[in-house]
Amino acid sequence: MSEGAVGAAGANAEPTIAKPMIAKPMIQVRGLTKVYRVGEVEVHALRGVDLEIARGEFVAIVGASGSGKSTLFHILGGLTPPTAGTVRIDGKDLGGMTGAQRTDLRKTTVGFVFQKYNLLPTLSAEDNIKIVEYIGGRSTAFTPEFQEVLKLLGILDRMKHKPRALSGGQQQRVAIARGIVNQPAILLADEPTGNLDSQNSAAVLKVIKDLNERTGQTILMITHDSEAASYAGRTVHIRDGRIV
Amino acid sequence: MLNKLIFANLTHRPVRTLLSVLAIAVEVTMILTLVGVSHGTLDSTAERARGVGADIVVRPPNSTVMSSLSSAPISDKLPGVLLQEPHVVLATGTVIQSLTFPDSITGLDFAAFNKMNGGFAYIAGGDPVADDDMIVDKYYAQQKQLHVGSRLRLIDHDWNISGIFEGGKLARICVKLTALQMITGSPGHLSQVYVKLDNPKLAQQVADTLKTRMPGYPIFTMEELTSMLSISNIGMLTDFIGVVIGVAVIVGFIVVFLAMYTAVLERTREIGILKAVGGGSGLILNILFRETLMLAVCGTVVGIALTYGTQWMMKHSVPASLVQETVYVWWVYAGAIAVVGALLGAIIPGYKAVNQDVTEALSYE
Repeated sequence: MSEGAVGAAGANAEPTIAKPMIAKPMIQVRGLTKVYRVGEVEVHALRGVDLEIARGEFVAIVGASGSGKSTLFHILGGLTPPTAGTVRIDGKDLGGMTGAQRTDLRKTTVGFVFQKYNLLPTLSAEDNIKIVEYIGGRSTAFTPEFQEVLKLLGILDRMKHKPRALSGGQQQRVAIARGIVNQPAILLADEPTGNLDSQNSAAVLKVIKDLNERTGQTILMITHDSEAASYAGRTVHIRDGRIV
Repeated sequence: MLNKLIFANLTHRPVRTLLSVLAIAVEVTMILTLVGVSHGTLDSTAERARGVGADIVVRPPNSTVMSSLSSAPISDKLPGVLLQEPHVVLATGTVIQSLTFPDSITGLDFAAFNKMNGGFAYIAGGDPVADDDMIVDKYYAQQKQLHVGSRLRLIDHDWNISGIFEGGKLARICVKLTALQMITGSPGHLSQVYVKLDNPKLAQQVADTLKTRMPGYPIFTMEELTSMLSISNIGMLTDFIGVVIGVAVIVGFIVVFLAMYTAVLERTREIGILKAVGGGSGLILNILFRETLMLAVCGTVVGIALTYGTQWMMKHSVPASLVQETVYVWWVYAGAIAVVGALLGAIIPGYKAVNQDVTEALSYE
């Protein structure tokens, strides 16, 4: 019996077994499958994925094109429903969620960073972030803590610029700021460096890693690039719709 | 925040926004101009009728307030008969000959007319002296560029302009009664008779008495006559306004439908982004409908401003033919019509936007 496993409550007391504190995983996926139809052909994008990601982890899902990683990203982000299996994010079961409930999940629990940045072209960088706060029902004034995050991202002085006036790297850092402004339980990043040159890629990945280390933000990054994946704390490989 | 996004969206495509606003503005102007001209024309007719100074009008049998008088079926002995009635101090008849709409020539007994209301206030010249003398009001003179001494050919007859008077009395074009009776082949006949009483308060009572004595003659007090000069009393005009409003709503609907449908297609990715960050159907519809509302409100404001332009144009190019009034209550109606038409036009684009798949929208190029 290991030390600490038995508590001595008293000489006559029955020994008790101290249960180790197991934190609930932030993401828990069991037997996830996704089948969609392209014309008359059924495509099995995910074939029973099991995955657990703990709070505060930075995990990279690595896979080739068509491996199912983007489908996994869409399901975890509540953008599309699963066909079968269970998916829990921060304790919330995505299975059987209605469209409105998934919208709510995206508003409160999940933040996104996309390969193509996906900033609203008509708004400034600042307003691209603030509109997400507005949609989340929060105050649109940046807190001092968030100002620090903007400083960490190196975009504090670019806030008044529209996306077209920003470099790809800057746009992606604005997208990261937008993804975390509502303090989501998890930040999902889909090929965040896919549209960047190597210098900007390294800068963005470093920022994501810093963010994870300094704020404890849980991050799941989808990538096909093993070098990008090396910035993550853990790497999970996916092939033909299965975790390998 | 949302307003900022809407404003940014509208200014992002300034030409499309401007064209949409202009199209809605034309819709509003179309309605307001038609209603303004209808009111203006009828009100100026009523004003001229009041300017005669009579208390009662006797019209020919089988005529109505709104029917145009272009014949002279009443004997010119009738004013003399009417003068025998209690309280009647003056009775004088006119002959009316229609020209191209809305103009007409009125023949009148100037001596009796001057007694009834003090006569015309002349800007230049004076009452006709010769049989081919004609007087016109300042609006007709302006429109036809006439001055005292000008020659004008109407109803196959050359007229000499002998006077130009301030508007607002009886008619725009007047000649001597006997001259017009001869030219129109109706000597000894009148189109209608104006009656002045010793006490205007007795107008209804006297009119009622005259109706019993002269069955078949439409007899109105002046108050009654002018109050009946309204759009609601002209079925065809009401129907016409209805048709124009219907066309305007359809135009507004089509314009906004096309503008918003294009906007939704063009912003597929943006809609996907908003949905991805938690924007629900309500938010998407809210943005589209607010944008539409903004277009409709701006279109209404521009449309109202353009109405002043059409008013100015009519006043300076056809002041005698068309009189356009500003009917303020119709600003609200026209605005409401524009907004309803525009919102109807946004329904299908809104439905399309709400039903866009997020993942497909995000991958839209």
